Amino acid sequence: MKSLIARGMRSTAPRHPLARAIIHRLLLAVILLWGVSLLIFAAVNALPGDFAAASLGRAATPEAIASIRQSLGLDKPLVTRYLLWMLQIFKGDFGLSWASQQPVSAQLGHRLLNSLWLAGAAALLAIPVALLGGLFAVRYLHRLPDRMITLVSLIILSLPEFLIGYLLIQVLVLHVGVSTFPSTIYDGMSLPDRLSALLLPVLTLAIAVLANMLRSARSALMSVTSTPWMETARLKGLPPLRILWRHAAPNAISPVLTVIAMNLAGLIVGAMIIEVIFVYPGVGQYMVDAVTVRDIPVVQACGLVFAAVYILLNLLVDMLAMAANPRLRFPR
Amino acid sequence: MPNSWNRRDFLKFSLAAGAASGLSFTLPATAADNTPKKGGHLKLGIDGAATTDVLDPASWISSYMMVVGCAWGDTLVRTDPVSGKAIPGLAESWESADKSTRWIFTLRKGVQFHNGQALTAEDVVKTLSRHRDPKFRSGVIAYLSSISTVTSDGDKITITLNESNVDFPLVLSLWNLQIQPGGGYENPNAGIGTGPYRIVKFEAGVYTQLEKNPHDWDSSRGNVASAEVIAINDASSRVAALSTGKVHFISGLSPKIVALLKSGPVTIYNTPGRGHYTLPMMVNTPPFDNNDLRLALKLAIDRQQILDRVLGGYGSLGNDFPVNSAYPLFPADIPQRQYDPDQAAFHFKKSGYSRPIVLDVAEGVFPGAVDAATLFQLSAQKAGIKIDIRRQPDDGYWNNVWRNKPFCVSSWGTRLTQDLIYSLELGPSSASNETHFANPQFASLLKLARAEEDEAKRRTLYHDIALIVRDEGGTLLPVFNNYLNASSNKLQGYIEDVGNDLSNGHVISRVWLNN
Repeated sequence: MKSLIARGMRSTAPRHPLARAIIHRLLLAVILLWGVSLLIFAAVNALPGDFAAASLGRAATPEAIASIRQSLGLDKPLVTRYLLWMLQIFKGDFGLSWASQQPVSAQLGHRLLNSLWLAGAAALLAIPVALLGGLFAVRYLHRLPDRMITLVSLIILSLPEFLIGYLLIQVLVLHVGVSTFPSTIYDGMSLPDRLSALLLPVLTLAIAVLANMLRSARSALMSVTSTPWMETARLKGLPPLRILWRHAAPNAISPVLTVIAMNLAGLIVGAMIIEVIFVYPGVGQYMVDAVTVRDIPVVQACGLVFAAVYILLNLLVDMLAMAANPRLRFPR
Repeated sequence: MPNSWNRRDFLKFSLAAGAASGLSFTLPATAADNTPKKGGHLKLGIDGAATTDVLDPASWISSYMMVVGCAWGDTLVRTDPVSGKAIPGLAESWESADKSTRWIFTLRKGVQFHNGQALTAEDVVKTLSRHRDPKFRSGVIAYLSSISTVTSDGDKITITLNESNVDFPLVLSLWNLQIQPGGGYENPNAGIGTGPYRIVKFEAGVYTQLEKNPHDWDSSRGNVASAEVIAINDASSRVAALSTGKVHFISGLSPKIVALLKSGPVTIYNTPGRGHYTLPMMVNTPPFDNNDLRLALKLAIDRQQILDRVLGGYGSLGNDFPVNSAYPLFPADIPQRQYDPDQAAFHFKKSGYSRPIVLDVAEGVFPGAVDAATLFQLSAQKAGIKIDIRRQPDDGYWNNVWRNKPFCVSSWGTRLTQDLIYSLELGPSSASNETHFANPQFASLLKLARAEEDEAKRRTLYHDIALIVRDEGGTLLPVFNNYLNASSNKLQGYIEDVGNDLSNGHVISRVWLNN
């Protein structure tokens, strides 16, 4: 297998370590995604209860349930259903939602876009603050600024997201009145309106991930600064900020990027509570609702897309890390 | 037939009389506040929405879709907000024949759908046919199972039943049975009806925009020019939206928050309803197949405590049968069952059972379900009965626990008639018979009451039915819960309807906004 891939690579990217590494990772990603699809299918079908019973509610009759099960193909064997699903995916189609009879791809795409807006804005706010905060903390390590930063980030880390959300509603909406609530987003909304609606959920999410990112930036920088070659830099008499910026930061970038990517993925697929509180039409709520009524095509599509988001972000992080640090291009 | 005066007719008449005599211009300011104001943009924050919602009335089960549906659609029959009796809707009158097995409805003339199409009897026939066809997965199919044929002739619709049912017209007021053009066969999700508002935009689980239908046949409703129904499923967010003035009305207030809101400039609607919480015991499964044990548990629960602590007093005591004073012909003279640890201990001992009783609970069944179970545990302890509470996840509860575990918690919404709630909750052929109750005497009395046209006789029959359920059934019914909603003081004219929550779904078309 390995030699096959290697031979195939030679024609497209001869002796190019970065491209080879990337293609290698892409192939792995596809295999991983296929594995995930198996897991998702097994998990979704192991859920107790089914769509027929869930959609009919309390007044369901056994005949009606049987008729729905049959019309949805729920009476077919599991393997057949999996193969049919895979076939559909290869055609680039997630099928129709059982509950709404609408194409899953359109609904999911719409909501994914909303979630990307949210995650993107939150990341834009949180990442620079987290990185600068981390640098600042390490610059004044174990002194008052570092202690304050650690204390604040620990407090934020121990606050649940929903509490941050309610506190922000209290302050920004009730007392200051600068933001729109609920944060409903709809088509044809002007950019200022959209931004105003986004403000609350974005701030909440940014604050929630900020602490995590900041702490990992701080610890990554710390572990680099304790190495012997950093000691040498200090003994040479280089200014502290220059040491951090020019020597420590590039070497600490890989673990920090990983934490940022995981937080970003979490922002896209896991902002459910925030979406519920602020009435924001994101992708998390879509999946939760689908699980509740056992709308299997939607649950499976969401599962696959979520997995793809994680895999893609990981891929991106690896590539960025390789770009920043040439040593990583050659597998040990 | 039942063309008696109701509140709406009275309002219409007095308004017309007032306008004709010029009185409305000389009324004092306070009285003027009670006359509906036209126009304005109403915003509501309603719970129970999901991204899986669709405009097809067959699929509606939540309060959110009830509010949206009652705004754009109309049913053949409506109900009076005070008495709960059937009043004309799209049918202007009706009569029954052959001992209430044949019903003939006369369709209102000159009604048109939002798309300009005229309403015909054929649309009604097709709508009912679609909801009776299992292929279309209607949530109300079980209520229509007694219909054998539906036919139309001119503006008359004839429905024949396979059994007598004097309450039948009420079934046609179910909010899923909105009349759609062509019965909704072609495009069930079109959202086209004859109702007071037209759908401008519907985004599932997010919001719905509505505008006034200029061709509405009923001029007494629909005061606001447009409305927006925002899906707010989180209880705290709904309160925040009301407090910040982002919405005029919110649904599903938690009893715990009412005290906090009361001090603000809002109106709280505490509407007695027919919804109730139950602890079903399966009468065919040991140890609950023993009536002494069932009686012991019914006596070992402190209902007043649950009403006060779990519902904050916003409700009423249950008496172990699923009917309260919000239903016509409620048997009020049946004594209220009280908490009696001594009697409970006596029956428990008589049952010969001594091990702990397992109770399965999930918080999502009703707000405070786990608290209620814990209170029950404590009150039963005083009677020497040990109850083990087993926590279950909310997800899948109605499939895995309810009707599968012999003793659990459950909750019921409103039903149109005593007959429907008894048939559904305890009926021998019901798929929702949560206690597996199968009492032949109960079944035959229920059938008799359904067909009895004499009101006094029906009252006696329903009295006997209630007694059987109360003393022999597996239903432990501690409380009936009230509907709790709130609005800003700008909103006026909310009618507290006995029929169902949210002014029986008609909140949008009944209220108006003051400046």
